[in-house]
Amino acid sequence: MRKTLAMTVLALSVLGTTAMPAAAEETVKIGYIDPLSGGGASVGEVGLKTFQFLADELNAKGGIQGRKVEIVPLDNKTNPQESLIQAQKAIDAGIRFLTQGNGSAVASALSDFVTKYNERNPGKEVLYFNYAAVDPVLTNAKCSFWHFRWDANSDIKMEALTNYMKTVPSIKNVYLINQDYSFGEAVRSAARTMLAAKRPDIKIVGDELHPLLKITDFSPYIAKIKASGADTVITGNWGQDFALLLKAAADAGLKVNWYTYYAGGTGGPTAIKQANLDHQVFQITEGIANIDNPSSQEFEKALRAKYDFSLFYPRAVNEMRMLAAAADKAKSLDPVKVADALEGMEFDVFDGGKGFMRKDDHQFFQPIYISSFGDRTAKEPFDEEKTGWGWKVVAKVDTPSTVLPTTCKMERP
Amino acid sequence: MSEPASSVAPPLPTSAERLQFYGLWLAGAIVLLLLPRIFGSGGSLTTFSLIGISIIFSLSYNILLGQTGMLSFGHAVYYGLGGFLVIHAMNIIGGNKLPIPLPVVPLIGGLSGLSFAVLLGWVSTQRSGTAFAMISLGMAELITSSALILRTFFGGEAGVSTNRTKLLKLFGWSFGPQIQIYYLVAAWTLIAAIAMYALTRTPLGRICNAVRDNPERVQFVGYNPHVVRYLAFCFAGFFAGIAGALAAINFEIANSAYLGAAQSGTVLFATYIGGVGFFIGPIVGAIFVTLLSLGLSDLTQVWQLYFGLIFITVVLFAPGGITGLLMMHRPLLKAGTLPRLLPSYLVALVPTLAMIAGLILSIETIVHYTVNPGDDPHIRAFGVGFDAASPYLWTLAAVLLVGGFLVARMTWNRVGQAWDDAAATAREKGIGA
Amino acid sequence: MLELIVISTLNGVLFGMLLFLMASGLTVIFSMLGVLNFAHASFYMLGAFFGFQISRWFGFWPALLIAPLLAGAIGAGVERYGLRRVHRNGHVAELLFTFGLAFVIEEVVQIIWGRSPVDYRVPALLDFPAFTIFSTNYPAYKMFMLLVSIVIFIGLLLVLKKTRIGLIVQAALTHPHMVGHLGHNVGRIFMLVFGVGTALAAVAGVIAGPALVTQSNMAELLGPILFVVVVVGGLGSLPGAFIASLLIGLVQTFAVSINGSLSGAFGPLSAAYASTWLADIWDVTIAQIAPIIPYMMLVLVLIFRPMGLLGTRDT
Repeated sequence: MRKTLAMTVLALSVLGTTAMPAAAEETVKIGYIDPLSGGGASVGEVGLKTFQFLADELNAKGGIQGRKVEIVPLDNKTNPQESLIQAQKAIDAGIRFLTQGNGSAVASALSDFVTKYNERNPGKEVLYFNYAAVDPVLTNAKCSFWHFRWDANSDIKMEALTNYMKTVPSIKNVYLINQDYSFGEAVRSAARTMLAAKRPDIKIVGDELHPLLKITDFSPYIAKIKASGADTVITGNWGQDFALLLKAAADAGLKVNWYTYYAGGTGGPTAIKQANLDHQVFQITEGIANIDNPSSQEFEKALRAKYDFSLFYPRAVNEMRMLAAAADKAKSLDPVKVADALEGMEFDVFDGGKGFMRKDDHQFFQPIYISSFGDRTAKEPFDEEKTGWGWKVVAKVDTPSTVLPTTCKMERP
Repeated sequence: MSEPASSVAPPLPTSAERLQFYGLWLAGAIVLLLLPRIFGSGGSLTTFSLIGISIIFSLSYNILLGQTGMLSFGHAVYYGLGGFLVIHAMNIIGGNKLPIPLPVVPLIGGLSGLSFAVLLGWVSTQRSGTAFAMISLGMAELITSSALILRTFFGGEAGVSTNRTKLLKLFGWSFGPQIQIYYLVAAWTLIAAIAMYALTRTPLGRICNAVRDNPERVQFVGYNPHVVRYLAFCFAGFFAGIAGALAAINFEIANSAYLGAAQSGTVLFATYIGGVGFFIGPIVGAIFVTLLSLGLSDLTQVWQLYFGLIFITVVLFAPGGITGLLMMHRPLLKAGTLPRLLPSYLVALVPTLAMIAGLILSIETIVHYTVNPGDDPHIRAFGVGFDAASPYLWTLAAVLLVGGFLVARMTWNRVGQAWDDAAATAREKGIGA
Repeated sequence: MLELIVISTLNGVLFGMLLFLMASGLTVIFSMLGVLNFAHASFYMLGAFFGFQISRWFGFWPALLIAPLLAGAIGAGVERYGLRRVHRNGHVAELLFTFGLAFVIEEVVQIIWGRSPVDYRVPALLDFPAFTIFSTNYPAYKMFMLLVSIVIFIGLLLVLKKTRIGLIVQAALTHPHMVGHLGHNVGRIFMLVFGVGTALAAVAGVIAGPALVTQSNMAELLGPILFVVVVVGGLGSLPGAFIASLLIGLVQTFAVSINGSLSGAFGPLSAAYASTWLADIWDVTIAQIAPIIPYMMLVLVLIFRPMGLLGTRDT
């Protein structure tokens, strides 16, 4: 009994020493909270390296307000509770800026936590930069002054996509297949409402929600799509749900056009090439490598040379550069002042064109691109995942055409 | 009749033993009170709160595993359901301004854990052993998957959230700051631990042990093992619900991860590594596993692998867990023969540490080459930097690993001999080993 | 409609046979050694990854032979050095050991091959549509998978019923101690059985790998369903495992194609209930709950027929 008590005390004193060291005054730390182990790690690692690359870019120009930028990795194991623990750890270590993107559930928990923390600890506020969690609720019903989102949310992307689909008369029968969770729900309901408004002649011949990341064989779903006579499929599927869906489609010889959100994610291009779907799979993103813009192509080349992966997050570039710009505008790194400078800011985005951070809900609006994946020409210098195929711009939707109203009633400090 | 009976019954505890017993509990309470004075940062307080929650959860799991011999892979269901109901309760209490203060809320969690255990327990406890384990796994998967279907109650993927400061304030405490949450968790940990300890001392607790050891005999004695298992299951569900409620209060959010297989697996790890044979086993295990899972991920990328290896090592070589290992030495301590073991332990420590160091080096180097091949080979693991590309390091790792293993085997044989020697002496003195 | 039924039947039977390949090994191991191998699905995963790696170096057909042997060897080693040691600590300890093993195997696979899916291709020889039903192509590779499963099933049956070692294994299934008394090297038989059981799981992995995604979470996706199959079929019964595998394979595949729901049959709920939890149950389609149907079956079987469909052993 004595021994175990002694052991307990020993263990707890170890805890004291493993607490993170106090922040040095010369660096501005940004806490990167995303999965760095377990199932989501492949995506989290890529994001971390992207941010580190961007931090290096800023530091080469002298940092932000004379201070060097440091990205502090915090592994949240794709778990909201763990994210809150890591956020607390980060705050203890003096970090005032947190960024996260993988998983809207985590984002929701983080946004909630940051809002409550700032309310209960005035003077010690932290900001939360969301670079990839696209649940619309984060800038609508659950919006927060302390949360900024750089990724077009799923409704905005659907708005841009349906605006493009308005101009393609060959689309007649649309099948919706999505993952059964908040994001998939958001995709399907936005698709239904927006298509009904813009192309009432389009028939929705199927609307499927399948369990998230649990299906190993999509052939029954493909059989249903075939039976419905659809010529177009809209899906928000990502990861293995996307890869397996396409695999099953290729096996069954299904010939449709695929409009997706995350076909460009890890594993997507490989699946498309394996299924041999040349320029039949489209995605909607804020930028691709093959956009005709010299500075972004320079960046892409440098990133690929260093890390051997493509830039998945042009929005991360916008985020970091805008942070620097906001700090410059506010002449300070105090989070409240930076937040005031960020909202309403107009910015020249990474892939060319103008974007702005809307004051009402802290959602960033930017040009959106529809691109298709397939065989390349001389105009597409970059391929993906060593398949030889690359993304080609099919349409560009300018910023004003992507704007959607918001229900956010933001409480300002 | 009084003479034979009083000579058969165990002697009442002496005042020294009583002092020791109550003294330990008192010391525990004092430690809990003083801890925030020593480590006061927000992160430390969060860690302590998590450890407290984990202690209650692991102790409740040990009611099943250690006391009644039921291996459950789905105990997190009751933890999670307690958490969810508490979140909804807090929202209702806060919304309607009911006069229920936060400290009472974990009881609501306990009651919900209890009701679900009452509901699902009869069917679950029909079988024991392997079949029970499979049933618990199936039930857990069923309920976790249902959580994503029953959106209104479980909040889907994002879960449900609440604000704990909106409840009735007691003594001016709003329970916003983490220190107040720590004291809440600490108080409930003490109460729950006392309650569960008391449970082990009741006749029910003893019959549970009997069911674990020999269910057929229990039937002959006149008790129905199914009923006993069911009762144990209900108690375990009650305390798991309390743990889940405290977790919900701490994080102000509950989502389907609370119910999932990962959560069940963690409590199994914690309880087993701590030791299922003793009451403090799960407490030790909870502290160990919580600290490890919080701290290890900062030190190395493949912390889950180390976790699994530690678990397998414990299962293979120390089935009694950490506490079991330590308690093995108690008779030797009483007999005074423990110092005899110390030299052989120290001698065995060196090659064992070398072997572990070699293993860690090898794992980290392999990880570097397979996971981050393009990276700078100067990596850091466990706070120590080294160059993963140097062949010198590879040979060092190989030597440490293989050499360490071979030497360790020999030295542990010596430890075994020294042990037998010390144990024999202890037996001669009349103290069983 | 008919097309959907035919395709679903074919896919369901295929999935069922795949499940049986794994469940057969698990059942035999459980019957003989009394331990439910939690890591069985991990050997399936190892088979897939070994198959992937070997097919990258030498081609698919050598992989089909070598990968199961490799996995079986690892399985035999696990039994000899791990399980046998833990055996004296009881069934709970054995289960926990295999649980920890499953965890570690998944981590090791993640370290070596990464967490993303790997590009395990169908061999060129089989990459064509076997036949076309109505308008859907049915891949020849899937027919090959079916063929391999059936061949192995028949082989297993023959070995168990007609050979000497099969006779000993059958005897050890019900009277392990007696078999030891008769002078057979029970330890070696156990090692063999464990090795063969895990090799069977690995074969399932090698052939399923190209058809399904080969990824480090394969084991945790298929693992729980495997246990449901074994428990529903009856712990220790090989024919039971066969029936349960086919049943669950068919039910899951068919359930996915059915869009029926209570609201479809009886109309939507009134507005008063529309936003409560009752609405969730009312509106959910059978396709959405398809993955949890096996668990519902498990619970039902355990309530009404606790020994499983054809079970002989009680625990």
